[in-house]
Amino acid sequence: MSSTTTYSGKTYTFNHGVHPKEFKELSSHCQIQRMPFVDEYTLPLGQHIGAPSKALVSKGDKVKRGQKIAEAGGFVSVALHSPVDGVVSEIGLFDYPNGMALPGIKIKTDPYSTQRMEEAPIDLESLDTKGFISAVQDAGIVGLGGAAFPSHVKFAVPEGKECKYIMLNGCECEPFLTADHRVMVEHPEEIIDGILILNKYLNAEKAYIGIEANKPDAIEALKAVASTSDFPIEVVALQVKYPQGAEKMMITAILGKEVPSGKLPLDLGVLVANVGTIKALSNYFRKGQPLIERVVTITGTAIKNPANILVPIGTQMKEVIELCGGVTNDAARILLGGPMMGAVQKSLDVPVVKGTSGILILGKNEVKDIEEYSCIRCGKCVDACPLFLNPSMMGLLAKKGLWDEMLEYNIMDCFECASCSFVCPSGIPLVQSFRVAKGFLREKAAREKEEST
Amino acid sequence: MINISKKLSVSTAPFLKDKDTTPKIMMTVVYTLIPIVLVSIFYFGLGALLVTLTAVLSCLFTEWLFNKPDNRLKSLKDGSGLITGLLLALTLPPGFPLWMVFIGGMIAIGMGKAMWGGLGQNVFNPALLGRAFLQSAFPTAITTWSPPDGRYFELRGTNAAFPFFQGKNIDTITSATPLAKMKFDHLPTDIMDLLLGATGGSLGETCAILLLFAGIYLLVKKIINWRIPLSIILTVTVFSGTFYLLNPEIYPSPVFMILSGGMLLGTVYMATDLVTSPLTPKGMWIFGIGIGILIVLIRNWGGLPEGVMYAILLMNAATPLINRFTKIRTYGHKK
Repeated sequence: MSSTTTYSGKTYTFNHGVHPKEFKELSSHCQIQRMPFVDEYTLPLGQHIGAPSKALVSKGDKVKRGQKIAEAGGFVSVALHSPVDGVVSEIGLFDYPNGMALPGIKIKTDPYSTQRMEEAPIDLESLDTKGFISAVQDAGIVGLGGAAFPSHVKFAVPEGKECKYIMLNGCECEPFLTADHRVMVEHPEEIIDGILILNKYLNAEKAYIGIEANKPDAIEALKAVASTSDFPIEVVALQVKYPQGAEKMMITAILGKEVPSGKLPLDLGVLVANVGTIKALSNYFRKGQPLIERVVTITGTAIKNPANILVPIGTQMKEVIELCGGVTNDAARILLGGPMMGAVQKSLDVPVVKGTSGILILGKNEVKDIEEYSCIRCGKCVDACPLFLNPSMMGLLAKKGLWDEMLEYNIMDCFECASCSFVCPSGIPLVQSFRVAKGFLREKAAREKEEST
Repeated sequence: MINISKKLSVSTAPFLKDKDTTPKIMMTVVYTLIPIVLVSIFYFGLGALLVTLTAVLSCLFTEWLFNKPDNRLKSLKDGSGLITGLLLALTLPPGFPLWMVFIGGMIAIGMGKAMWGGLGQNVFNPALLGRAFLQSAFPTAITTWSPPDGRYFELRGTNAAFPFFQGKNIDTITSATPLAKMKFDHLPTDIMDLLLGATGGSLGETCAILLLFAGIYLLVKKIINWRIPLSIILTVTVFSGTFYLLNPEIYPSPVFMILSGGMLLGTVYMATDLVTSPLTPKGMWIFGIGIGILIVLIRNWGGLPEGVMYAILLMNAATPLINRFTKIRTYGHKK
């Protein structure tokens, strides 16, 4: 286990925030390992935000590694590719990590399938902006930070708006996760190359890469490569603080400006993308490899061998866990994503999808029932909220079901980082109740809109 | 290995939790109060112990009485009733009749907290509300002070008085508090006596140095916010200091102001009560400055020698308003 080191230069940050225990040392030193092929892959058609992809193959079809097996089902949608050579064995409903059964394609792996792919670079010179956007869509690239929002939609800067700064998010502020960290340490060239490809079409003034100071090796690696580029790319070390990796918080830390409420970063001329996403961009245009695999952190206090693994999309999670030696007897909870914003998972019989950044197996020590006490107005949540909301007051309103009053306290600005619930000494489920309130208010607004038209 | 689903517990994010809990915070406050109680027993003997025990018992009993059966144990566990009991005791004279102490505790919890909906809902600091009731109901008993003279095993004053009967004052020796001496006779008290506590007064008002240490400890532990104590002390220093410089014959010095009476007890433990003080940084300053001004006004020109209790209660009343007017600007919104 490597000792945690910190970047010693100047760091930037936002106001408020919290300091959860990091747990990064479990896997931050583990080099990315390639996952061997398994017998079967399950590829859900709706792995991204937006319309599901439309299948292009039918049962019995032979497919190749990297072959497009489903096309985008609309503009806010992306294509899907097979991670292996094999045969389509089934098209139907399969269990998805969110607990639902969603349509997908099952591929039986050809035992002679090879991981090598023929390199087929794409000629950037012949692509105009429109062609670039549809190429990104065709590559199946989505935001790999966890949201899985189609990247080409973000890259298609609407008319009248301008992208001045490309900002890469390498904060990885969620405890436990180290996938982005390893990608930055091991593939800095591809990340910088991805920025240059993107900038060919965006013509930004400058690029920033924001990285938390607990990844000094990643900062150094990217700095070294960035210095060789003619296009100005600044690697910015950010203070270790949650939620530093939230888009708004990173922009504020780096530019010192706030994203106005209800607006997008692009209104400040900023386009934010995850480092892994930009690496995927480089992989597609330089080698012709679409998004068929991603780095996943398998970690937690109850996994035998924590690791960062390059997993083909569609691999069943239990296969990945088995590769890491399985879980210990202490295992008490499975999480997808980080412990602050991730989701509990009841079964490992679901596939790794494009948005899977980490699989965490927590031990009994991290899973304790929290006893709830009355709010003592200690103000810890007020000091924690990165958006300067008043969770204490909103929590009281939520308890009484006064949803409309919560609007006055700007509940809709809350992006559910969970810092308030993390610090609350009375164990009040603050962010949990805000999620309910926001859902209710959104539904109500939609209903009213419908009635008025 | 895969069949672990039976052992899983299901909930929503976040799955990590900071280590501070409300009972832990409350118990830390209780621990800091223990030395103060011990010192008062050292100075005032058995009387101090009996007053403290009675106040704590009364508060816990009332807490238990006013809660629904299924919530009783939990409300006792959060530790807030214990703090109210200890704080109430520390504001009372050592010879105070115990039956009055018991009523004070019931009023503190019943009217100061339970009536508002329990912990977190009350507007006034419960201990001070209890004391305010006692002050108006039993004005003589609450201003009868015995001197700190180390008679450890003797009852003082009217501790053992029978409810609603005029108790015989078995302790014929009484003393005035430093504030009363100042107010009515313009007699100052030695600073060392104030610091160490060898003066007449309520249980917790005497040993200033201990209160200072407790305050610093709570600040370091981040259980109380620095803005409120600092703003009170600064305001009192500047406001009373101005008049002291103008006429040191009549007006007490700021050092005396700060070290005497309930000033430090109120500043460290009551003004900083999380529930009844403002949430916003700006609000905390307004709150502290208000308390500071009121203390000096009441002490220098009011009819009573001491004003800390009313100063804090008045500003408690203003807290909801202060919170409303000092709303914090949300990120991404204009002022």
